[in-house]
Amino acid sequence: MSLTLSLHTLPDVPIEADVICTDKLNNVNEAALSALTIFHGKEQVMLGDFFKVQGKYDGEIRIEGDLSRIKHLGAGMSGGRIIISGNVGAHLGAGMSGGEIIVEGNAGDWIASEMIGGRVIVKGNAGHMVGGAYRGSPVGMQGGEIIIHGNARNETGNAMRHGLIVVGGNSEDFTGVSMLAGTIIVLGEMGIRSGAGMKRAPSFPCIRQKCFRHSPMLAPIILLMCESISHILKSTDYKLMMHS
Amino acid sequence: MSSAMRIVNGKVYDPINKIDGETRDICIEDGRIVESIPDDASRIDAQGMVIMPGAVDIHCHIAGQKVNSGRKLMPEDHKRDPHPGTPYTRSGSGGILPSTFATGYRYATLGYTTAMEAAIPPLSSRHALEELDDTPVIDKGFYVLLGNNIFLQKLLKEGRHEEFRQAVAWWMNAAKAYTPKLVNPGGDEPWKGKRNTNVSDIDEKSNGISPRQIIEAFINAVTAMGFPTPPHIHCNNLGHSGNYLTTLETMRTAGDQRAHIAHIQFNSYGGEIGKNPSSKAAEIVEYINQHPNITCDVGQVMFGKAAIMTADAPLAYVLRGISKNKWVNADTECESGCGIVPFTYQEHVYTHTMQWAIGLELFLLSEDPWRVILSTDHPNGGSFMNYPKLVRLLMDKSFRREEIARVNQKAIAKTALNDLEREYTLNEIAIITRAGPARALGLRNKGHLGPGADADITIYDEMENKEMMFNAPRYVIKSGVPIISNHEFKNDHSGRLLHIAPEYDQKIEETIKPFFEDYYSIEFDNYPVNDSYLHDHEVISTGPLSS
Repeated sequence: MSLTLSLHTLPDVPIEADVICTDKLNNVNEAALSALTIFHGKEQVMLGDFFKVQGKYDGEIRIEGDLSRIKHLGAGMSGGRIIISGNVGAHLGAGMSGGEIIVEGNAGDWIASEMIGGRVIVKGNAGHMVGGAYRGSPVGMQGGEIIIHGNARNETGNAMRHGLIVVGGNSEDFTGVSMLAGTIIVLGEMGIRSGAGMKRAPSFPCIRQKCFRHSPMLAPIILLMCESISHILKSTDYKLMMHS
Repeated sequence: MSSAMRIVNGKVYDPINKIDGETRDICIEDGRIVESIPDDASRIDAQGMVIMPGAVDIHCHIAGQKVNSGRKLMPEDHKRDPHPGTPYTRSGSGGILPSTFATGYRYATLGYTTAMEAAIPPLSSRHALEELDDTPVIDKGFYVLLGNNIFLQKLLKEGRHEEFRQAVAWWMNAAKAYTPKLVNPGGDEPWKGKRNTNVSDIDEKSNGISPRQIIEAFINAVTAMGFPTPPHIHCNNLGHSGNYLTTLETMRTAGDQRAHIAHIQFNSYGGEIGKNPSSKAAEIVEYINQHPNITCDVGQVMFGKAAIMTADAPLAYVLRGISKNKWVNADTECESGCGIVPFTYQEHVYTHTMQWAIGLELFLLSEDPWRVILSTDHPNGGSFMNYPKLVRLLMDKSFRREEIARVNQKAIAKTALNDLEREYTLNEIAIITRAGPARALGLRNKGHLGPGADADITIYDEMENKEMMFNAPRYVIKSGVPIISNHEFKNDHSGRLLHIAPEYDQKIEETIKPFFEDYYSIEFDNYPVNDSYLHDHEVISTGPLSS
């Protein structure tokens, strides 16, 4: 049985839950899991105070409930899979280098910021700064894939260096701002100033760097152009939200 | 808590009192070191340990507006390195530019109990004093930037030397500073006003005055008024190839009067301007060896992250072209300039290796450790957290060999570093980190363990690996309070401000005031920092007899 965490008490203020990460839960039993410390605001509390823990980690964590106030889930993970049944808060999978996170609901800001590898799939909408660089950092996302079925907000792929971001719906302002390289595909509309401050270094000729703004009719053509999309379509249950 | 304490069985290194590794008792009472105390006082058993005075950093940048701008410029650096609190100490953020609290505690964890902030424009002194007050554990002071002060230059141009002297004294009082600092004297104004020009020679006049005239005037004034330490000089042409000639001329300008050359490594380059530097460490050290009036701190470059932070605005402008990274530039009205550039020194880069090697050459060729003092010009050459590694580089020949093998060999081949066999002894390390800087600063109660000295004491476990040894003192005692014991914080302490208050003729205010009304953005009456900004402080005496 895979590990299941169900939120039983809605926190008043956000919880920093970077302990809920595939790398940190190997060989940890239920009691020890419940006793892991997390920060609820400035208070240190136990995971069991907010989550009901069932099962043992076997490569997959399922998390249930409204997690919109739970931050840093899966941050820094390097393998395994996290499946989130509801909404989720900010910094989901920040800095992750491998593995997969699937969100059935909506996600908050800064998801997969400064990610190095792995995959994040959000079936609802995502917030600002998808795959973005933290303030001050010269580079943001350096690899991996982020697929948003719904809409994304401002500064998607801020300072992106490598990897792929696909937004099935619309993205707001400053998509791909200060982008260095990598691919962002938006199948809907983009806001203003997409690709502002973008650089294309001639020393990286093999890296595609594109911000597409196009009508939905062109989407299939773009898909054909981008070979990595096809393997994502094969390997996930990603369904393109076509605008008809 | 009883304030008396006896430290027994430790090997004492106290160069000022000529104690070199003898086992002695150290007695502490009321925050000072005393001859003897009653036998029933509490004891620290320092068996197998080394006792040294608390270390003194003669040149670092830890407070003021430029440090704060640097902190704001590099949020990514803080994110990587949080500084958690303990039951006794406050939390902060670390990185190359730690927050005030983290700065104080991190200095303490290396055994440092005094640090001097090296460049504060008078306009920013109020800010600096408040930040220094928030820097715990260590005693601190700051040098005030006067080398590009337009009003003082005006007095010099008009030959009004007596008024110049009074004005310098007034400014020291107005800022609550420790000594004047000259940064690229005469160089900031042309840069600000004439589209990126700089003075390129010590005798080149800009606005009718040459750097040499400014340097000479300050050295004369400070000597005449008997400040505890001479002006600290950041020479012209810093960082440029071929600048060692300027450095030699600057030192000659002092004649036989005292002068302190800051971060001299950055001023010991041969070669042609605009091209790769070569090492002129031998020429610089030879001059210093022969002239006991000169003191210097090395400003060693350590590989890794750093932040160039200087009042030498034209230099920062050049460096921002090299780093191609974010930077900050600021103009400080009639007083100074400022530039901040995040920087990384890399082993494979010729110039960076050359700078690293020149610093080590300066240390290893110096015949008088009292006058060639350890510093990295934090954060310009690297964080002060690199000091233990630097100590190991000086003390451990085989470690130095290993490090030399890792860097740019083309640069190393052009230096004498491979031929230098010298290893510093613990006594010499005590000189370059404690006794030397305390003497150069004229701090009579620091840097030694004789009766009457401040009870600032560091106790290290004696270890073969000197980097580990100096990285983790077992005990750090500040003003008689055990701050760290058994490697853990057990107390907090606020530390004192060290400053001077030279006498001056009140009439000079009448001369300065009209200039303020014409050119400054703030009122004359609001400019001097009043005494309410002095919290716990100590006035170091001045006067012709004290020198």
